[in-house]
Amino acid sequence: MSQVFILVDHTHGKVAHPVGELATFARRIGDVSALVLGGDLAVLTTQLSDLGISEIISISGINFDKYSAGASAQAIAQLVTDRSPAALLITSTARGKEIAARVAVRTNSGIITDAIDIDAALVATQSIFGGSTTVHSKVGHGTPIITLRSNSVEIESSATTPTLTEVKVVESDFDASRLGDKVVSVTEAISGGRPELTEASIIVSGGRGTNGDFAPVEALADVLGAAVGASRAATDAGWYPHSHQVGQTGKTVSPSLYVACGISGAIQHRAGMQTSKVIVAINKDPDAPIFDLADLGIVGDLFAVLPQATAEIQLKKA
Amino acid sequence: MKIAVCVKQVPDSWAEKKMSGGLLDRAGVDAVLNDLDEYAVEEALRLVEKHSPTGEAGEGSGHTVTIISMGPDRATEAIRKALSMGADDAILISDPALAGSDALATSLVLSKIIVREKFDLVLCGTESTDARMSVVPAMLAERLNLAQLTFAGSLEVDVATSKISVARTTDAGIENMEATLPAVVSVIEKINEPRYPSFKGIMASKKKSIATPSLSDLGVNPQSVGIGSAWSTVNDAKERAARAAGIKVVDEGNGGKVFADFLAEKRMI
Ligand SMILES: Cc1cc2nc3c(=O)[nH]c(=O)nc-3n(C[C@H](O)[C@H](O)[C@H](O)COP(=O)(O)OP(=O)(O)OC[C@H]3O[C@@H](n4cnc5c(N)ncnc54)[C@H](O)[C@@H]3O)c2cc1C
Repeated sequence: MSQVFILVDHTHGKVAHPVGELATFARRIGDVSALVLGGDLAVLTTQLSDLGISEIISISGINFDKYSAGASAQAIAQLVTDRSPAALLITSTARGKEIAARVAVRTNSGIITDAIDIDAALVATQSIFGGSTTVHSKVGHGTPIITLRSNSVEIESSATTPTLTEVKVVESDFDASRLGDKVVSVTEAISGGRPELTEASIIVSGGRGTNGDFAPVEALADVLGAAVGASRAATDAGWYPHSHQVGQTGKTVSPSLYVACGISGAIQHRAGMQTSKVIVAINKDPDAPIFDLADLGIVGDLFAVLPQATAEIQLKKA
Repeated sequence: MKIAVCVKQVPDSWAEKKMSGGLLDRAGVDAVLNDLDEYAVEEALRLVEKHSPTGEAGEGSGHTVTIISMGPDRATEAIRKALSMGADDAILISDPALAGSDALATSLVLSKIIVREKFDLVLCGTESTDARMSVVPAMLAERLNLAQLTFAGSLEVDVATSKISVARTTDAGIENMEATLPAVVSVIEKINEPRYPSFKGIMASKKKSIATPSLSDLGVNPQSVGIGSAWSTVNDAKERAARAAGIKVVDEGNGGKVFADFLAEKRMI
């Protein structure tokens, strides 16, 4: 059977949830080899034991997180060249797409980004123009490199004991330019214990209509186990960190439920959320464009509607 | 400093986009300068102004801002906008053989110009509003073997030491990164507020040069670009049925309850 590479995204010893989706897709195509760059291998390996993975390839020796995508891409491209896998699957995060882009250039391979599905014949499905058009495409050159959006598939678990291949690298293995861009410090975003935006199955977002008070948005999010999102108006005002921005220049999300509170529905905001399965909008303005997308639109004051909804949901859950 | 800003002409964000023959149908829609590229143009101008003895960009500043683009002849309209903001000159690679080029081909062509002109700093927007792949800056860094500083929310250059530092916004938070020029940088829309072209700027832009080198000038084989050589092919593209119209209710004191009932009915709680 052919071999498929998936890239394991991890931070602080935790494997990102969409890695399970990559494994699920990859198993349709062949035996799954999971690439793990850096990190505490023992800790990460235990989290990879029920995803049907055949092999873990660990690449260690330098701190890949300290550099831009270039160093990771060089290490991965080397493995792709050595092993010629049937495909390389990566999660569609900003960094994931950069790594994919650079591996594609380096290995003379075609690339498809932001796919939402892939079949055994490597035909990828993309949803473009804000979900209005579905495209099927295929890479016809080199190793197909495909990035997949999270929340695209139900993870199928299957216990395995993967074999381990260890690759050691040293700084001098890399082109100088790749280690020339260095992270000198990081200010970590505070998640408040809520799910990560692109991984969450429910998102409650606030806009200018919150007037800077996200408390009712957060309270609803917490009772739903949801992530908190924000419009650009809200992040520009400094009410919420940019890492929570949904839209053209923020994150693209596709949760099962998206709740837009005090958000007008500008085209740049829609670009990031309009493929959500169910959309609920709360807005004072009956003519707000967000209502064109909403499965349920409530014309009203979010400061009245959200607390009532939160209390009702709490009751129903009890 | 020789600064290049990569820009793309795209259909207006508000235009309804459709596919035709496996490609975006560009004929029927208004085309504009990709608005995310305006932030890159603005940042280039601000950098020059900051390091210019006169405080102004253009001649006498000791630095240049060149707009580079690949696209149809019509892309000169988008380029003029960037020139009217204050960029010095432009290079447009326009060849029928390029039609339908993918990001790999685009980055190839742009990289050839960048190598030929020996730019110190290459600025890009984070993505084009039409294709939305967000991969060209990384591909350029790969092809050019340059430092890659993407998603910059602020940017400083020390001209004397050629050191560049950015604060980039990532999933993890804010990362401060450093490198030595030359480098490829993409900027997010929080970095600045692009200026509107002044009347003087618009008039001046008409006299600015837009060079149009051919693919062979750049040493690019026409067979290696364009739709025929794209390394991924579209099998089919179907328009999806529009979202079904939803329910709209006016809150009369029970809006929150309506919402909770709706979720219960959908089995979401
Ligand atoms: C290059 C570019 C990129 C952009 N990228 C993004 C992006 O990634 N994401 C994004 O979101 N935007 C983006 N934008 C901005 C976008 O155009 C809008 O300006 C922005 O989305 C507006 O945010 P908003 O809906 O919160 O604010 P507004 O448009 O001001 O809407 C606020 C809404 O709140 C309602 N409201 C007010 N008070 C209440 C209340 N008490 N209860 C209920 N409703 C209330 C109002 O009726 C109004 O509809 C971008 C713009 C540009 C030019």
